[in-house]
Amino acid sequence: MALLTISSPHTHNNNSTTKVMLTVALATLPGLFVLTGFFGWGTLINIALASVTALAFEAATLKLRQRPVSFYLKDGSALLTALLLGLALPPFTPYWVTIVAVGFAIVFAKQLYGGLGQNPFNPAMAGYALVLVSFPVQLTTTWALSTQMSGQEVLSFAETASAIFTGLPVADAYSGATPLDVYKNLISSGTTDSAANQNTFNGWLNGGWEWANLAFLAGGLFLLYKRIITWHIPVSMLIALSLCSLIIGWDQDLYTPLSLHLLSGATMLGAFYIATDPASASTTPRGKIIYGAGVGVLLYVIRTWGTYPDAVAFAVLLMNFAAPLIDSWTQPRTYGHKKAKRGLPKAN
Amino acid sequence: MSDKSLTSISLDGLWNNNPALVQLLGLCPLLAVTGSVVNALGLGLATMLVLVGSNLSVSLIRNHVSPTVRLPAFVMIIASFVTVTELVMQAFTYELYQVLGIFIPLIVTNCVILGRADAFASKNGLLPSFVDGFMMSLGFMAVLFLLGAMREILGQGSIFSDMHLLFGPMAANWKIDLIADYPDFLFAILPPGAFMGMGLLIALKNSFDDVIKKRAERNKAPVVTGSKRVRVTG
Repeated sequence: MALLTISSPHTHNNNSTTKVMLTVALATLPGLFVLTGFFGWGTLINIALASVTALAFEAATLKLRQRPVSFYLKDGSALLTALLLGLALPPFTPYWVTIVAVGFAIVFAKQLYGGLGQNPFNPAMAGYALVLVSFPVQLTTTWALSTQMSGQEVLSFAETASAIFTGLPVADAYSGATPLDVYKNLISSGTTDSAANQNTFNGWLNGGWEWANLAFLAGGLFLLYKRIITWHIPVSMLIALSLCSLIIGWDQDLYTPLSLHLLSGATMLGAFYIATDPASASTTPRGKIIYGAGVGVLLYVIRTWGTYPDAVAFAVLLMNFAAPLIDSWTQPRTYGHKKAKRGLPKAN
Repeated sequence: MSDKSLTSISLDGLWNNNPALVQLLGLCPLLAVTGSVVNALGLGLATMLVLVGSNLSVSLIRNHVSPTVRLPAFVMIIASFVTVTELVMQAFTYELYQVLGIFIPLIVTNCVILGRADAFASKNGLLPSFVDGFMMSLGFMAVLFLLGAMREILGQGSIFSDMHLLFGPMAANWKIDLIADYPDFLFAILPPGAFMGMGLLIALKNSFDDVIKKRAERNKAPVVTGSKRVRVTG
């Protein structure tokens, strides 16, 4: 007679990697919808291109590493990386920049470390940081302006596609700096008083960026509801960012205001979809809070005193470095056991 | 040690015990100046001059310096050769000397040189020491060259630019533009690109070694089945 000893966990919630990835992808849809509505077809084209490239690179590296190709392709992680990169990249990014970013994300940041779950860095952000550092011109001049910001209709599908694939620069009327970038320049030139007159800040909830961030926030709440992510990282990150902004940057003439920090750039996308990546983020409850707060503080510091207007990629990557250490110092006590040993084992 | 053949010393320097790919020595200059082929070759040649010179001198004095003070003595010798190299470069390739800057004086601290002096030249005769120094620096230069070429192609889309700094006016138009209108890939030119390129080269070398090993195993005499079976059970 066989006695089957079944180990914990005894409750299951019928999750699989594929399902998690698809849910996250689903949760980005509102944001994607808003981005496309305000800024045109660029994001969609980027995502399509990134997905095809990601699958190709993933399949090729899996083949080289002699791993089952279709098994790992079906988990959807490559597609999610491509999706996040497509959302993060500017709408008129030249096609080869997208390919380089995706290639680096999949091959170097993920597969060379041993594939999904082994990557110490968020692959999408590693790819984004690479192209941001390497091609500053292509990544800062290719942001689209919404109709409200430029006063023009958004570019048609064909025009957007030709801008992406021929590399010819888009007319200045359609592309321009992001609000964070514009505000930073206004501060440095000491003309924030005229900020309200700038098209970029054409009234509250009018530029497209706020709506995109709100849509990503809604998607993030959906992820929380589905228990794909926990509240720790996004909440602590947003609180840390807000506190920094309230304490240091209360003067709107000298610092970017809180509303712009929270509802512009990639803040919400970063808080709910990128910083919460289970493979590269901290995993203990207390660790997640420290990790999220770290991302928030770094985000503020780099946005305010760094040379780049937005900093989600750098902040997340820097905290990725710290995640293993944070985890080792925040081991929770297991039920029925004494206090967990924290930190590095003492050398004898 | 001393009974190693010159061929095996050469092979060690170039491949099996390559200073850059296997010993991972001298990485600081290796990563810092390999932004282009001309810089890489310039530093490679300078290192070669110093390494061959120091190996020869250390081998000459190896029986006259007591082991307790050998390291300061070696460093003095190396520093002298670096100074000589520096002066030679100032005289003949002044522009390149300026481009390479601090990394020429820093050859003193290149661990490959002190490493070879202590591990090899202080225990071997003149000829093996010379061959070892030459081959080690050749292996080092080969890696510098590969990395420089990789980073120059990736970073700027061209290769052999500014070669006149090293080879004089005749090399002024050696530059080959591989891709027209190449957008500078800054990452390859910046230090992180060097680390990554170095990692890829090491991985490539290791995978070559694997292939060689497998081939050697395959070429071993096949086991004949059925003829001489050894009884292994009671």
